[in-house]
Amino acid sequence: MHSIETFGTHDGPGIRCVIFLQGCKLKCLYCHNPDTIAMEGGKAYTIEALFDIIKKSKPYFGKKGGVTFSGGEPLLQAKALVPLFKRLKAEGIHTALDTNGRILNHFAMELMDKYTDLVMLDVKHMTEEGYEHITGQKNNQTTFRFSKYREDSGKPMWLRYVLIPGLTDKPELLKALGAYFKEYKTIEKLEIQPYHKLGVHKWEALGWDYQLKHARENTKEELEQAVSLLNPYFKTITIN
Amino acid sequence: MEVKEFIGGPWTKTVNVRDFVFKNLTPYEGSASFLVGPTKRTEDLWDICLKAMEEERAKNGVRSLDTDTISTIAAFGEGYIDKSKEVIVGLQTDELLKRAMKPFGGFKVVQKALSEHGEQPNEKITELFSNYVKTHNDGVFDAYNAEIKKYRSLGILTGLPDNYARGRIIGDYRRIALYGIDALIEQKKADLENITGPMTDEVIRLREEVSEQIKALKAMKELGNTYGLNLSRPAENAREAVQWTYMAYLAAVKEQDGAAMSLGNVSSFLDIFIENDLKEGLITEQDAQEYIDQFVMKLRVVRHLRMQAYDEIFAGDPTWVTEAIGGMFSDGRTKVTKTSYRFLNTLYNLGPSPEPNMTVLWSEELPENFKKFCAKVAIETSSLQFENDTLMRKSRGSDDYGIACCVSHQDLGKSIQFFGARTNLAKTLLLAINGGRCELTGKQIFDGVPEYKDEYLDFDAVMTNFKIAMQEIARVYSDTMNIIHYMHDKYYYEKAQMALIDTNPHINIAYGIAGLSIVADSLSAIKYAKVKPIRNEEGLTVDFEIEGEFPKYGNDDDRVDLLAAKAVADFNYELQQFPIYKNAEPSLSVLTITSNVVYGKKTGATPDGRALGVPFAPGANPMHGRDEMGAIASLNSVAKINYEDAQDGISNTFSIVPKSLGSDINTRIDNLSTILDGYFYNNAQHVNINVLDKETLLDAMEHPEEYPQLTIRVSGYAVNFVRLTREQQMEVISRSFHESM
Repeated sequence: MHSIETFGTHDGPGIRCVIFLQGCKLKCLYCHNPDTIAMEGGKAYTIEALFDIIKKSKPYFGKKGGVTFSGGEPLLQAKALVPLFKRLKAEGIHTALDTNGRILNHFAMELMDKYTDLVMLDVKHMTEEGYEHITGQKNNQTTFRFSKYREDSGKPMWLRYVLIPGLTDKPELLKALGAYFKEYKTIEKLEIQPYHKLGVHKWEALGWDYQLKHARENTKEELEQAVSLLNPYFKTITIN
Repeated sequence: MEVKEFIGGPWTKTVNVRDFVFKNLTPYEGSASFLVGPTKRTEDLWDICLKAMEEERAKNGVRSLDTDTISTIAAFGEGYIDKSKEVIVGLQTDELLKRAMKPFGGFKVVQKALSEHGEQPNEKITELFSNYVKTHNDGVFDAYNAEIKKYRSLGILTGLPDNYARGRIIGDYRRIALYGIDALIEQKKADLENITGPMTDEVIRLREEVSEQIKALKAMKELGNTYGLNLSRPAENAREAVQWTYMAYLAAVKEQDGAAMSLGNVSSFLDIFIENDLKEGLITEQDAQEYIDQFVMKLRVVRHLRMQAYDEIFAGDPTWVTEAIGGMFSDGRTKVTKTSYRFLNTLYNLGPSPEPNMTVLWSEELPENFKKFCAKVAIETSSLQFENDTLMRKSRGSDDYGIACCVSHQDLGKSIQFFGARTNLAKTLLLAINGGRCELTGKQIFDGVPEYKDEYLDFDAVMTNFKIAMQEIARVYSDTMNIIHYMHDKYYYEKAQMALIDTNPHINIAYGIAGLSIVADSLSAIKYAKVKPIRNEEGLTVDFEIEGEFPKYGNDDDRVDLLAAKAVADFNYELQQFPIYKNAEPSLSVLTITSNVVYGKKTGATPDGRALGVPFAPGANPMHGRDEMGAIASLNSVAKINYEDAQDGISNTFSIVPKSLGSDINTRIDNLSTILDGYFYNNAQHVNINVLDKETLLDAMEHPEEYPQLTIRVSGYAVNFVRLTREQQMEVISRSFHESM
């Protein structure tokens, strides 16, 4: 585990206890938690210890809140998460996964099918070229295979899309995003994540070169324009 | 008495406001949509007040002074903002924001306060108080011993009400509206007759006190007459109910200038009269809101004469006109009424304000609509604090209570408090490490603690010495309080307030501590890391080196949080061991007001790594920046301090940037309401809510004129941010603002 934010308000419905796990196979250009990318580091917790920590936040979950596993990529540890999520569900706690959707092994499937109330899937880019540019890895089809799997299970999903001026905000990309998912029944909402540079200092601390130095934050008009372009395709769109 | 419009009960036979409220209140579960804006008259009056307050700020915090009158209940003639527009009348003096002398607490303080503004009391008054009249302050210093004076001068006990009024007592101001003064005088006369011999000290004192109360009631009638109001009879309509209640409060703040002069719990009481008049078609919603707006306006312009030194401990010129709003009855009905909303609505109609100190009594069972409205008001004004109604109602056994000063439960009309400021628990720990010597001056404060000589601090040895240090501090603290309250009763008895409280009420003596989070982290460092004391040539420990990691208070980690809870329980236990004046019951608060800054200055480096002079965290808050697991973990740490060990209150100030509370206003309202449910479910007692961007505060420091009403909650009260000193402003800004992305 990398760290815990007990008052997460931007990673799922209501108040979330957000558990950031260590390790991710992608290295997205804009990653705002680059210190969670390395597979080494973090701190080992037993299932029991993590469960106890999460349970302490339960009085604050109210009707909507719960726990969100983020990262890093939480599904890298899907095998260990199965028994933990099982306990969380037995405790009546709403569970969410914030994932890049690259891992779909049988542990991930069991975790999602049986114990995950909400999957928040990060759609990086609608083209293979763009996907590779952003994440440093090939095969954007993994995202679509993953979304199809969740759709077929009939359980709730949110899509998240980071809107970077000049990189992911071209109208044709947004239309492609909408067109691809418009028939999906399980997508409750699309969250547009405005681009920000709050994580840049972490890249510098790691001694890594931040390649989006020249990118800028979205203007209010750009965000509104993206919402209006995407509106025909999704039930709900929010700017997170 | 007139009862035809109300449901009767025991309240018609004896003084029992709670019974009247319980029988007659109309709970309101609807939304805020019925609320209306201010009338033109209210707006005009408030414009005059705003302009006067601007002049006040420009004139170093004092707009005008009276140097010829001793302020008593019936002193001064009429005073108006603009008579033609006032539906609720009455000022403390004959002029808006004019400050008056109340010299019975201490004449030197009055002289000092006046001289700081180039004035002095007139010759006759100076002669009287220099040669003939003894004050509370004179009495206290006649009785103080050398030990107490040492504790005081070295900053171990500070902010003591030994040269100013103690405050904290809440008169049941509703009584005049419900019964009229004549009936109250009759009751007190009957009480007096029943206080019979043998004439021991206690009996004689009580007879004298009740006689004083009767005189005060007569003076209140006189005060009413000044404004053409016949307070001898009960209020006959809503406007009179508001007016009568305000007159009762006004009598108190004309006579006394205690640090905290709470209002109590009047909103839902007044609602009964307002509902009646609305039902009978005598008034409209606009009238009802106008009464409340103008009442609240009057509460906002209450002023006391203070020395500048006072500002270090109580920054921003607070008056603590604390009004408790909402809560539940013991039978499960809510006490929320439309007038609960109308009070909160003044923060929109007149803009945000630190006074009156609006305190929402929160319970999970409160109507959902009301919860949402309170959350919205807190987010939009940062002017509210919240207290755990469920916890206090059950623990203290009363559902008709006010909040004394900042955070303390007080059963209305049935009990009072003796205010005791606070001691410095972090310094107490340093004394334990230094063999009872002050770490700054080297002076021996107390004996009985062995000098610590080992290379590293040993947890068990430190705890043993800490206990001895606590015992010594508690003993001297208790002696000091006995002297202060004996003398206050003798020379500056609160006759107006006590006249509106049952004869011979229950008394809590209210002790306090500062520096809790530093104690917790220091003990944690000693226990879980290695702490090496750095000693100077005199063998005095003046700094510490920490090797290794240790858990810090504010991260929901029992290893350290339980050390905090234990320190509170231990000190509370020690305070219970001494005989107390008037058989008062000791209670403890974890509350600093703004003294966390001055306490920090007077405390050397501590074993948690805090450097000499660095401000403490306020109240029971974790130390700035040490809570690394987010807001909920931080709240959970504070919630572990057991209310039973600190029944005077456990103050927590929660500051968050708007964006971190949620993406949009509706989400923020939901989230704040849910946080409050969770925090209080965990048996926490109090929380201040600030929803502000740091940038706003920084901008307000540079351009104060653009933020005259910017309000921010500090430990247990609220202040106009622009009225804080620069140092206090920086301290507020440096605190943890919960920020998560």
